[in-house]
Formats: sequence, structure tokens, C-alpha cells
Amino acid sequence: MEEPNLKYIQELALGDEGFKQKLINIIKVELPVEIDAYTMNMKNGHFMKAAENVHKLKHKISILGLEKSYYLATGFEEDLKIESLEKRGEFEIILSQMTKFVNIL
Amino acid sequence: MNSIIIDDELAARAIISHLCDQVDSIEVIEEFPNALQAIKFLNKNEVDLIFLDIHMPDFTGFDFIDTVKNPPKIVLTTSDKNFAIEAFEYDCIIDYLVKPITLPRFLKAIQKVENFATSKQPKISSATTSKQPKISSATSETEGVSKKELYVNIDRRLIKIASETIYLIEAKGDYILIKTEDKNYTVHSTLKKIEEKLPGSLFLKIHRSFVININKIIDIEDNSVLIARDVIPISRANRPELMKRLNLL
Repeated sequence: MEEPNLKYIQELALGDEGFKQKLINIIKVELPVEIDAYTMNMKNGHFMKAAENVHKLKHKISILGLEKSYYLATGFEEDLKIESLEKRGEFEIILSQMTKFVNIL
Repeated sequence: MNSIIIDDELAARAIISHLCDQVDSIEVIEEFPNALQAIKFLNKNEVDLIFLDIHMPDFTGFDFIDTVKNPPKIVLTTSDKNFAIEAFEYDCIIDYLVKPITLPRFLKAIQKVENFATSKQPKISSATTSKQPKISSATSETEGVSKKELYVNIDRRLIKIASETIYLIEAKGDYILIKTEDKNYTVHSTLKKIEEKLPGSLFLKIHRSFVININKIIDIEDNSVLIARDVIPISRANRPELMKRLNLL
């Protein structure tokens, strides 16, 4: 299973440690907010809104270098629009992995 | 080139701003978390280039382009590859960057922007000019059926709404949000369908996502309408029809 990493952020930063830390700090703030919004919409059965949350989370997934997970999230986003929850379990494992990773940064 | 960034995600704005910092010819003068704030800014300021996210809640990047008068050059930024074909129907859209954006791909987009025709006046695309307001079939009453009231199906109940009490209808994906003086209703339908069921003399589509009751307008400011408590954008294509319907002094 692929692991979250800072490869993209490091390449993007071009050695600018200030930018790297700034982006990490933003992710530390935005990720839990986006996950909470997703969780709330799933809990309330608002699947179209949850699909929008997944769409936004896809960017964080790709920033953290999770290429395969990105494709799973894309599929889940489309599934949610037709209220199919088949990929929910796998998707929420990705969220959990990202949260753990971001918390130790 | 003076540039602005429009994206509801702070991380995305930070990344694009950092990428712009790597290019001498680009200066980011402002960043916006939503399109409406950017429209207000553009009503008073000129920019050369906009980095625009397509997928934003309530008001998408395409809604934004339809609303802005004389849009400058635009580079779309998105996590979704599915809009590429629609994107290139607009002449003002120079490139389409899929997130996560890398520096080499970003530089390629900037090269395209710099190579773009130097004409200051952006061309009006065939896509936008073809979006002329259509006179809805709702302008004529359907024989035998009154349009004074509308029945909507909510949780297997048919609920009657007096048409004149509706002030706004907003498209929300596969649903529409009907706003009345007392209550809002979310119904599985489309703007096109509801337009056909409402009196054309009262209702007008002023934007791809909004139909309004013109009797409920409080005021109109440039490219937006204040209706009840909502500020609604007017698209360029729909503005002439709206102006025609007003009793202007």
C-alpha cells in the first residue's frame, strides 16, 4: 500500500524551506476541516455534497503523493453522485492515513 | 502581467502563488477564495491573467467566465479532467492545468499565455455568443393549466406553491432550490423544466444557474441583482433580455 509522502511538496518548494513549511501548515489546517465536512455530509446522507468534499480532498491526496489513492477517490466521487458507497471503506482508510501522516509533520 | 488567483482552497492558492513567484513576468496582485469577490474586484480593476479553479461551491469557474465583462486571459486549474472540452470553447481560456500542478507544466502554460495574441480586447467566444437568452415556452400559458401555482413533489407529497411567491430558483446539480418568501424547497428537477411551468411574464433566467422573479428585484448593480436577501450574478448573455424587461426611466 502506498504511503503519504512529501515528494511533490519538496519538488515544488525548490529548496524554499519557508514555502514548504507554509504549505504543510496550510494542509494541517485545511485537511481536518475538509474531512469533517465530508464526514458530516456522509452522516446526514448528503451524498452530492460529500462528492464535492471528496473532490476537494483529491487535491490534498495528490499533494501528499498518493497517486493510486487519487484514482480511487475519483471513482468514489463519481459513485457518490449515484449514491453508491462501495468504495467508502477504502477511501476512509486513505483519509486516516493522511491524517496520521500530517499530524506528525 | 498582473494576475489574480481564484480558488476556494488555500493550499491551491499558495501553490499557484509560489509557482508565479518563479516567473518574473507575473505578479499576483490579489487572491480570492470565491468567484463573487473576484467579480467585485474586476468591476473596479483590470488584470491581464486569471488563474481560475473550475470546481467551487455555489459559483463555478464557468459561471464566473459567463458573468465577467470582457474576461482577460484565463488559465483554468482543476482536479477534474472532464471539463477540458468545455473549457476550450472559450477563447479567453489559454490553458487547463490539472492539479497537482508541477513547475514544468506551469511554465508551459505561461509560455502559451505569452504567445497568445497580444490584442488587449479578448475575443468573444462562439460559446459565449451562442448563449443568447432563449424566450421560454413558458411565456405562453399551457392550455387549460394555470401557471399561477406550481405543484412540486417532495417526499411523495405534491406541495402547492403560488408562483408569485417564488423569488428565486437556483440550479444545484440534479436538483433545484426554489426560494419563496416563507420557505425554501429542494426539488429533483432542472431550471429548464421549472421555467416551462412558470409564467414567462414574471420569471427570467439571468444566469445558467439562476431564474428570478423580476417583480421581486430590489436593485441591479452592474452585473448582479439584489433579490430579497440574495445577490445573484447576471451573465453577459442574459443581461440584454433582463434590461429589455425592465421599465427603465
